[in-house]
Amino acid sequence: MDHGHMLSIRNLGARIGEKQILKGIDLEIKPGEVHAIMGPNGSGKSTLGYVLSGREGYEVTGGEVSFRGKDLLAMQTEERAREGLFLAFQYPVEIPGVSNMEFLKAAVDASRAHRGLEAFDAVRFMKLARETCTRVNLAQDFLKRGVNEGFSGGEKKRNEILQMMLLEPSLAVLDETDSGLDIDALQVVAAGVNSMRSPDRSFIVVTHYQRLLDFIVPDVVHVLAGGRIVRSGGRELALELEEKGYAWIEREVV
Amino acid sequence: MGDFDRQAAAALYGGADAGDWFSGARRASRAAWLVSDWPGRKTEEWKYTSLDALESGSWLRVPPHASGGVDHRIAGLEADYLVFRNGRFDAEASRVEPVSGLQIHRLADAPEHLRERFGSIASGTANPFAALAACWTEDAVLVHLEEGTIAPRPLCVVHLGDDAAAGCAWAQRLLLVAGARSELTLVEHFPGGAAAFVTGLTEIDLQPGAQLRHIRLQLDAEEAVHIGGVHVDLRDASAYRGFVLATGSRLKRLDVRLRHRGPGADAALDAVYLARRSQLVDLHTTVEHESPHCTTREICRGIVDDEARAVFNGRILIRPGAQKTSADLSNRNLLLSDRAEVDTKPELEIYADDVKCSHGATVSRIDEKSLYYLQSRGIAREEAEVLLAFGFVNALFAGVELAPVQALMDAGLREWFGSRAPEALT
Repeated sequence: MDHGHMLSIRNLGARIGEKQILKGIDLEIKPGEVHAIMGPNGSGKSTLGYVLSGREGYEVTGGEVSFRGKDLLAMQTEERAREGLFLAFQYPVEIPGVSNMEFLKAAVDASRAHRGLEAFDAVRFMKLARETCTRVNLAQDFLKRGVNEGFSGGEKKRNEILQMMLLEPSLAVLDETDSGLDIDALQVVAAGVNSMRSPDRSFIVVTHYQRLLDFIVPDVVHVLAGGRIVRSGGRELALELEEKGYAWIEREVV
Repeated sequence: MGDFDRQAAAALYGGADAGDWFSGARRASRAAWLVSDWPGRKTEEWKYTSLDALESGSWLRVPPHASGGVDHRIAGLEADYLVFRNGRFDAEASRVEPVSGLQIHRLADAPEHLRERFGSIASGTANPFAALAACWTEDAVLVHLEEGTIAPRPLCVVHLGDDAAAGCAWAQRLLLVAGARSELTLVEHFPGGAAAFVTGLTEIDLQPGAQLRHIRLQLDAEEAVHIGGVHVDLRDASAYRGFVLATGSRLKRLDVRLRHRGPGADAALDAVYLARRSQLVDLHTTVEHESPHCTTREICRGIVDDEARAVFNGRILIRPGAQKTSADLSNRNLLLSDRAEVDTKPELEIYADDVKCSHGATVSRIDEKSLYYLQSRGIAREEAEVLLAFGFVNALFAGVELAPVQALMDAGLREWFGSRAPEALT
C-alpha cells in the first residue's frame, strides 16, 4: 500500500430529505484492519454504509472521504465499487429473471475492465463461481436462480459474501450481515470474511450485537450514537456494550 | 374510414367461389366484413390502436407459392410439425408421426363434427378482422384429439413467410378440439420473415378434463402487420395454460378470449410483449366466467422502448351464477424511453356475489433500489437498466417448461436487447 490509510473520513455529515442523520463522523482505517461499528437502532450505522457506496437520496452535507488516496465522494456508485469498495447489504435486493451467475459475471467483468484486466472467459468464470459457492456453503443451484430470488435470509447473506469473494474488494463494509442468521450461518459468513482478511484489505463490520465479533475479531470497535462516533476502543468495548447495553453510552453522551 | 380498400380485401381470397363446404361461411363472413364498422378512435375496442400501418401500406396481394428453404423446426424440440408457407399448408415439410387418437385434417377433408366447430368458437366477436380472416380462409388445419388421448409430443404449427410475400396478405386458421381428458402441448410459432399482413384465428375447444399447454410465439417481422385472435372454450374441469410472446411488427393486435363454460375449469395465461422503434402492440384479453368454481390467473408484462406504444386491455367478466370464481389479473409495463407510451386498462365486470377477484396494472420506470444494488457491484447504470428489464420479462419465461422453447425465447430476448443484452451463461 502506498498510502498510510485505506479510508479516511473527516467530519462527514449526511441527511435524508430534511433529516440530518450523520453529524460529523471521523474515522481512519489502515490497510488490513477490521473495524467494528456498533450502536443502537437509528444511530446512522446503515446510513454510513449507504453514503460510502453512494446511494441516491443520501445527501452529503459536509466533510471529506478519501479512499485509497482518492476522493470517494466525487465518484459514481459503480466507480466506487470498481475502485474496490464493497457493501454487503443488510437487505439484499431480489432480482427475478436475472440469474445469479449472469449478475456475478457482469459485476466481476466491470471491476476487471476498470483495472485493465481481460474479462474472464465464461467457462473459467463459471468454474470459479461454483467453487466460491461451495466455500459459502450454498448449493450450486443458487447460481442458476434469479439474484436472491426466493433465498432465505441466511442464503441472501451468504450470497453477499459470495459476491465479496469474487469481487475481492480492498474495503468491505458489512451492514448487519449477522442479522437474522442462525449460529451455523453466522459461522459460514465469519469464516468467509476471515478467509479474506489480508494485510491490504480492510473491513468495516456494522453490527448491533457483539456476537459476530466473537467470530470476526476486530482491531478497533467504535460506538455510533446520534450520528457521531462517541467512543472507540479495543475489542473489550464490544463486551462492555453487550453487558451494559447502549443506554449507558447514550446517557454519557447526552 | 381509412384507405384500406375493403371491397378489394373482401375479394382477395375465395374468388370463383371455391365451391367447397366452407363457401357458405365464407360468403357470410364477407358480408359481415363489408358491413362492419371500420375501427377508429371512437371504437372503444380500438381507441388507442391506430390502423395507420394497415391503411398506409398496400397489402392486398396474394403471396406466391413457396417451398423449401428455411428450417422450420425449433432447435432441439422433438415435436410434430405442421408447416405453413406464405399462408399455405406445406404438406411436404409437415411431419406428424401417427398417434392413435390424434387426427389432423385439411380444410377440404375435415369431418362433419370439426366443420361444425370451425368458426363457432370465435363467433360472437365484434372484431371485423375475425370476419376478414374467415372470408380469406382457403386453407387451414383442423386437429382432433380424441377422448383420453395423451399426445406423446408437442404439436408445433409453424407459419413461415419469405421475402416474396412482403406486402402480401393472408389468413391463418387453426382449430383444435381436445376431447375429454386428453392432453397436448401446442406451439404456434410465427418466426417472422415476411413483412406481410396476417389476420388470424386460432380456435380451441377443451372438452371436460382436457389439458392444454399452449405456447404462442409471435416473433413477427419488423414491418409486418398481424391481427390475430385466440379463442378458447373451457368445459368442465379442463385446464388451459397459455403463454404468449409477442415481438416485432409495425402493428400487432392480439385478442385472446377464454370462456369458462363448465364448472371447475382452470385457466392460466402469461404474456410478454416487447415494442420498440415506432411499433404498436395491442393485447386485448377477455376472460368470461360463465360457470362456477373456475379459476383464472393472468400475468402480462411488456417493455416499451423508443417511441413505441403498447396497449393492454384485460377484461374479466363474471356472469351471474359463476359463483366461487377466483380470478387474478396483473399487467406490468416497463418504459425504457421518455417517448414510449403505454395505455393499460384492466376491467372487472362482476355479476356474481361469491367470487374472489383482483386486478392491477402498473406502468413504471426501472426500480431505483434494484439499480442501486447492481451499481454497488460495479455495474454501470445503463447496463444495470438492461439487466433489470431483461429480468423483468425473463422471469416469466421460466414458467415455460420446454427447454428448447425457452432457449429460443431467451435468444430472441437477447437479440431484442442487441449488444446490450447480458452474456448468456448456462
